[in-house]
Amino acid sequence: MVIEHIDEQLPGAILDRHAFRGDQTIVVDRERFLEVVDFIFRDGFQQLIDVTAVDGHQRDPRFDVVYHWLNLASQERLRVKVRIAERVAMPSLVSRFKSADWAEREVYDMFGIPFEGHPDPRRLLMWEDFPGFPLRKDFPLDGGDRFCNEEIGASYAPDARSLNV
Amino acid sequence: MSETTLNPAATSAGPDGDRMIVNMGPSHPVTHGTLHIVLELEGEIIVKATPQIGYLHRGVEKLGENLTYQQFIPLTDRLNYCSSLMNNVGYTLAVEKLLGIQDPPRSRVLRVLCSELARIGDHLVCIGINAVDIGAFTAFLYLFKERETIYDMFEMMAGQRLHSSFTRIGGLFRDIPKEFEPLCEQFLESCPRAIDEMEKLLTRNPIWADRTKGVGAISAEDAVSWGYTGPCLRAAGVAQDLRVAQPYLDYETYTFDVPIATTGDVYDRYLVRAEEMRQSLRIVRQCLDRLKEIGPGPVIIDDYKIALPPKEKVYTRMESLIHHFKLVMHGIDMPVGEVYSATEAANGELGFYLVSDGTKAPYRIHVRPPCFPIFSSFDEQVRGRLIADAVSIMGAMNIIAGEMDR
Repeated sequence: MVIEHIDEQLPGAILDRHAFRGDQTIVVDRERFLEVVDFIFRDGFQQLIDVTAVDGHQRDPRFDVVYHWLNLASQERLRVKVRIAERVAMPSLVSRFKSADWAEREVYDMFGIPFEGHPDPRRLLMWEDFPGFPLRKDFPLDGGDRFCNEEIGASYAPDARSLNV
Repeated sequence: MSETTLNPAATSAGPDGDRMIVNMGPSHPVTHGTLHIVLELEGEIIVKATPQIGYLHRGVEKLGENLTYQQFIPLTDRLNYCSSLMNNVGYTLAVEKLLGIQDPPRSRVLRVLCSELARIGDHLVCIGINAVDIGAFTAFLYLFKERETIYDMFEMMAGQRLHSSFTRIGGLFRDIPKEFEPLCEQFLESCPRAIDEMEKLLTRNPIWADRTKGVGAISAEDAVSWGYTGPCLRAAGVAQDLRVAQPYLDYETYTFDVPIATTGDVYDRYLVRAEEMRQSLRIVRQCLDRLKEIGPGPVIIDDYKIALPPKEKVYTRMESLIHHFKLVMHGIDMPVGEVYSATEAANGELGFYLVSDGTKAPYRIHVRPPCFPIFSSFDEQVRGRLIADAVSIMGAMNIIAGEMDR
């Protein structure tokens, strides 16, 4: 329903779409993302349930930023994806959806995707000087002692790690 | 006050230097899990609250990308550890949605049964602890007796009290034992009495009302914008319950009501939770009747490419042994695609977003915990209120740090 409306009102904004197991997904051009958000907000999708990202790693552009919206009146759900390359910023939605605040901070924290216009663009779960972005595919699962506090001398024993391999 | 300062600790002295900083947490009796809130006070009034979360971040999503779909189930126990069975159910429903399968009827009833028991347990803890935090210790004692019975039932079901890991993809780990039903019947008799006693102690208690009425009030529009779900949203007057709005596990065939309130304050959240427990007891009653109607039957699907074949077949039949080996070593043959599946957990919408690339482990797994967006509104909720109100607001939000930090 809403997807046809977007197509009518904003032709060309939807780059791709698919439906799988009843989930509607649209892929939206980054330049027209805010237009689409305004439109679906007016269409009744007033609750931004979740913001997350998927790292495509070798793919170009690298990241999918994934938004889940819920329409409380019709109980429709809509997934909006925006494909962006590394170090490209996404426009922040904090001014429209308050739930975007922490959700965007978490995406920045875990993937290193900056959000333009975010009022408080700090890391959320990891500490401020944490090296790297943990949910990127090139971040190692076992960080070894690289991510421990080297300066205070706390680290795993070198061969304790190799037991896990 | 400077909004642009990055480090909240650096804002300790305001322009006039008479602001006091109080660190609530990371280890404090009312924080329920390890989280840290930096409160800036003027006298006893909170001027700004800066929550700092992540102390319980275990990298669940990163781990999930390196485990098979089945192996992720124990990690879901550790999200909301007050109602781990609901997390199990929510996660397996997401994987089943990805696979496009449905579990057997008996398993569906049992999943509803254990979800509702877990919901009662979660609400008991939330109300009990909220009352303890603001000085009403007695209600907690009445409630915890019932919670103990719930844990006894979980132990009968799953063999574990807290970390249940009861569900499997395509059904359940095992059926309930025959001792379960008498205990559950007994619980259905005693629990309403305990809820009545709790309500006698709290609902018309003037001290409780003073500490909770008008505290943490939120409008319906704000609650929707902040991403509130579950009892906190319903307390603000929005009748949104996924069990009714987007039914799963045949919830549409059960008879129950969805309580809502008006102001969204701590008192209303308490009333909504209290009534939800009674409604959950109604569902549990219907589940027990349905189990009798259905009679004994399988609790897991017999597609051995998804669920493990029974042990006696593995030991006696070559084909089952191969299935067992293939499933353990190579995992389930997953379709390529992505799904978002949400269930109504005790605290609100618990969502799982799965991206599959067809291999045995998910390409991306994301958990949408209900208390994460709710807690993000904490600053707005406590600004301009007394420091004592922060305690009651936090209790009524029912923050579970294990779920929030993942």
